[in-house]
Amino acid sequence: MSDHVSLSGSAARRLSVFKTYKLYVGGKFPRSESGRVYEVTDSKGNWLANAPLSSRKDARDAVVAARKAFGGWAGKTAYLRGQILYRVAEMLEGRRDQFVREVAEAEGLSKSKAAAQVDAAIDRWVWYAGWTDKISQVVGGGNPVAGPFFNLSTPEPTGVVAVVAPQESSFLGLVSVIAPVIATGNTAVVIAGEKSPLPALSLGEVLATSDLPGGVVNILSGRTAEIATPLAAHRDVNAIDLTGADEVLAKELEIAAADNLKRVLRPQPVDNVVDWTADPGTHRLTAFLETKTVWHPTGSLGPSGSSY
Amino acid sequence: MGVYSCYARRYAPLVTMPITAPASPADSAGGPPGTTGPAVGPAHALADVTASDSALRRFLHGLPGVDAVGLEARAASLGTRSIKTTAKAYAIDLAISMIDLTTLEGADTPGKVRALGAKAVHPDPTDRTTPQVAAVCVYPDMVATAKEAVAGSGVKVASVATAFPAGRAPLGVKLADVREAVAAGADEIDMVIDRGAFLSGRYLKVYDEIVAVKEACGTDARLKVIFETGELATYDNIRRASWIGMLAGADFIKTSTGKVAVNATPANTLLMLEAVRDFRAATGVQVGVKPAGGIRTSKDAIKFLVLVNETAGEDWLDNHWFRFGASSLLNDLLMQRQKLATGRYSGPDYVTVD
Amino acid sequence: MTMDKQSSLFEYAPAPESRSVVDIAASYGLFIDGEFAEAADGKVFKTVSPSTEEVLSEVAQAGEADVDRAVKAARKAFEKWSALPGSERAKYLFRIARIIQERSRELAVLETLDNGKPIKETRDADLPLVAAHFFYYAGWADKLDYAGYGPNPRPLGVAGQVIPWNFPLLMLAWKIAPALATGNTVVLKPAETTPLSALFFADICRQAGLPKGVVNILPGYGDTGAALVAHPDVDKVAFTGSTAVGKEIARALAGTRKKLTLELGGKGANIVFDDAPIDQAVEGIVTGIFFNQGQVCCAGSRLLVQESIQEELLESLKRRLSTLRLGDPLDKNTDIGAINSAEQLARITALAEQGEAEGAERWSPACELPSSGYWFAPTLFTNVTQAHTIARDEIFGPVLSVLTFRTPEEAVAKANNTQYGLSAGIWTEKGSRILAVADRLRAGVVWANTFNKFDPTSPFGGYKESGFGREGGRHGLEAYLDV
Repeated sequence: MSDHVSLSGSAARRLSVFKTYKLYVGGKFPRSESGRVYEVTDSKGNWLANAPLSSRKDARDAVVAARKAFGGWAGKTAYLRGQILYRVAEMLEGRRDQFVREVAEAEGLSKSKAAAQVDAAIDRWVWYAGWTDKISQVVGGGNPVAGPFFNLSTPEPTGVVAVVAPQESSFLGLVSVIAPVIATGNTAVVIAGEKSPLPALSLGEVLATSDLPGGVVNILSGRTAEIATPLAAHRDVNAIDLTGADEVLAKELEIAAADNLKRVLRPQPVDNVVDWTADPGTHRLTAFLETKTVWHPTGSLGPSGSSY
Repeated sequence: MGVYSCYARRYAPLVTMPITAPASPADSAGGPPGTTGPAVGPAHALADVTASDSALRRFLHGLPGVDAVGLEARAASLGTRSIKTTAKAYAIDLAISMIDLTTLEGADTPGKVRALGAKAVHPDPTDRTTPQVAAVCVYPDMVATAKEAVAGSGVKVASVATAFPAGRAPLGVKLADVREAVAAGADEIDMVIDRGAFLSGRYLKVYDEIVAVKEACGTDARLKVIFETGELATYDNIRRASWIGMLAGADFIKTSTGKVAVNATPANTLLMLEAVRDFRAATGVQVGVKPAGGIRTSKDAIKFLVLVNETAGEDWLDNHWFRFGASSLLNDLLMQRQKLATGRYSGPDYVTVD
Repeated sequence: MTMDKQSSLFEYAPAPESRSVVDIAASYGLFIDGEFAEAADGKVFKTVSPSTEEVLSEVAQAGEADVDRAVKAARKAFEKWSALPGSERAKYLFRIARIIQERSRELAVLETLDNGKPIKETRDADLPLVAAHFFYYAGWADKLDYAGYGPNPRPLGVAGQVIPWNFPLLMLAWKIAPALATGNTVVLKPAETTPLSALFFADICRQAGLPKGVVNILPGYGDTGAALVAHPDVDKVAFTGSTAVGKEIARALAGTRKKLTLELGGKGANIVFDDAPIDQAVEGIVTGIFFNQGQVCCAGSRLLVQESIQEELLESLKRRLSTLRLGDPLDKNTDIGAINSAEQLARITALAEQGEAEGAERWSPACELPSSGYWFAPTLFTNVTQAHTIARDEIFGPVLSVLTFRTPEEAVAKANNTQYGLSAGIWTEKGSRILAVADRLRAGVVWANTFNKFDPTSPFGGYKESGFGREGGRHGLEAYLDV
């Protein structure tokens, strides 16, 4: 930020308006209840903003919001979830320039490389928007049991998912871990990349204006370990995505997650850097699905001939 | 007040009668069979449900549904009971004593019926310890002959009536059919219900007809009501028909005529056993059950007895309350009986053909 | 003539299945690399028949050194086994399925002796399902490219599998069949109270000509299982058992590459609405909680009955329970067999006593328990609320807790009010209500107008603390593939 105040008349450059970056929890934009912030800088160390330094209580509040939103979101038709996810892409397209700037600053990318990241991220929302009403057919279906029963397996969202967003890819990586979680009807508590949380916090502003019900995605910024630890141990969280956790933290979180047997999506091994531009496959969709199998008698032509 | 007060509350909101306590099963078990049973017409606790066509329909459609797969699975599972040694000997004799030895052919002659009667009285001429069968079952015009053939033995004469097996005749004809049979000395009347009326939803017509036939039976002849379950097509219908029959005063409810493709099965008999069990709990009135048609082997017969034992209970393990409508079953039971006595398998030349 | 009333004679005479069909050796070794061997430290333990407390055999008890040897054997076998064409692996599995069918009566009697469950169940449920499971997964072995996990999905390597005592051979089948079909090799630890059928299975592998080291069987206690799942060269861990142990395993595997699936406890709600097919519902309740003496993770141990039909349903249920036949598990007419162990009996007894102490009303049919062995009469608790221990803790025994509800919403809320999420039942004649309630239940398996049905094509597994991963069907392949 290099604007200087000039007091001279019409020739003066206009003083820009800073944005106060805030958390996104339950559809609202609170500051951290702790009142703390931390300095976010660009890749060269220049100050960009003060981001909220979330506390355990912010994490707790986010889980409450995510749980509250879960029933309604999971209960929406897959078609409507697809419409809303597509709406997110539409809203992002409109704010493309803002995200290009934020990603460039956060990741030290050229404007064109940052633009490629943002475009890919927008396209990813579109990709996942299309998955909402297809994944059930791909991973569910009828089972030909050996008896007079109708037997159907259907995938269902697992519930509230804590997402440790990738540390490196501040926007494409972020979108790539959030969209699959909510596409299937889960709600998410997302820990933004510690060093570059601003694109994530701005994403909250987009989500808030995309018909996405409040609480479906909750975004926290701060120290990853400080926020992730209570989330991993939280008994009302059903799953945790450890993508953005380092080896030591990931192990600690996985141990904590065993307390209520959360579904755990482990991070890629360190020597295996994730290419966020690659075809993501269905892995992240299915990682947070439960399979429910329902049986019902069909009636059969038994010996009586009157099995109705 | 048993649980079946709930039954009535639940299924027939129109039923406002005070429900009498069900008679203790011991009452009928202690005395000689044949003394219980309703008077002509419904005198029991559920009388109100037959007050109108709509009331009856509401009641019948309020009965618990039947899950076909579950019912058949239960029947099949009881069919895996293994009946050995002393229990088997007992079951074979019990089954023989429960047979309504039947001939219902256009070609029936007095000679045939007399032979049947002789067999009913002495099923195994080589072994006088063999029990008699319960009854011979014939057409009305053969009742007198049959009566003569079993005279003095205690074997009953049952007559099908009401334009058996189709039942497609005017009510007057059906009632005349019944009266003739009773006048000729029939101890039991096996009537058929009007399946056409049932399937078209005219439940009260079915009911009224049974009441009329019951009246025609007088006080001496017991009435068996045949539903022809194979034509009722669904288990829900079989349950409803059972309740119509019992409400109308049937002494027995009976599966089939033996004249259609599907006759008695373990599942439909199980369902009817549940019905008589529930009816007694609701009204105190015990009603018998008679599966008929298609039961040919001792093994089958014993499976039915297991159904009786574990569903309605041992109060029904008596030929006053349970019968088999059968003809070839008897010889198989006799061969099994000989096997148990001698340790050797018997053959068809060692039992009588009649 | 009327026969004399003598129906008491229709007490079914004993109809015992012949024990001579199975030949149990005086002792058994560990099965490692295609050979039976003693434990490195020479340790053995005894396995008893829970219905008589008779010692059936003495079995080698695997220690850490044996685990290491077995894992090494499995690792060595993995190379060739995983490289076999799927069609060849399939034929081995088909062979196994067929041999199980051929020997099913022997295995049924064996299982009944070692586990205590009625022969009726081992003969009509366990063994047919075991054979079907191998037959089903055999067919997958050469079709993995079409299973929906992308082209050429790869096996993981060595699978360490720990199974419980409630369905010893069936749980073995659930573990081994998909593992082998996908090209993994296995080291399996059967439960300490029921090791025999797994050791007989080793013999079936021998008869089938299965390559050495592909299947290794290590009888032992919990420490053997712990050593197995902790072994660094194990790539995949599959566990069926208690939630507490499942959590320990999940902690132990944190930070490793090992893929984990867990099939754990449950407290299934069996919901009966006022329009249920009552007679079938009663059968379903009985099947739900008394199948295998209630020692079933997916048991319908909480009966949620609509308050308006509670009285009627309970009367029917009690009448039905009075016809259950408890006794010699080898008798073909036995419905309720023995509890698997003294330890389990003690646990059931303690929880039932706690139920009484907390004010629930206890009822059992008149029922004479044999003088030796581990027995527990079918038991019903009424006046139970969600706050009672017996409504929350998994009892794993023939004990049913009856609760009531007024509305479907309340039924769903109570059904879901548990840390478990394995099974649930719904009884109603109204189709839309079945679908609506099934949709809202947080349980992996929902039986509507039926209960406790299993099939190799049908995925099975839990929500929440009932574990994760699915066994059975196409879904069951995922646990053993690198996908």
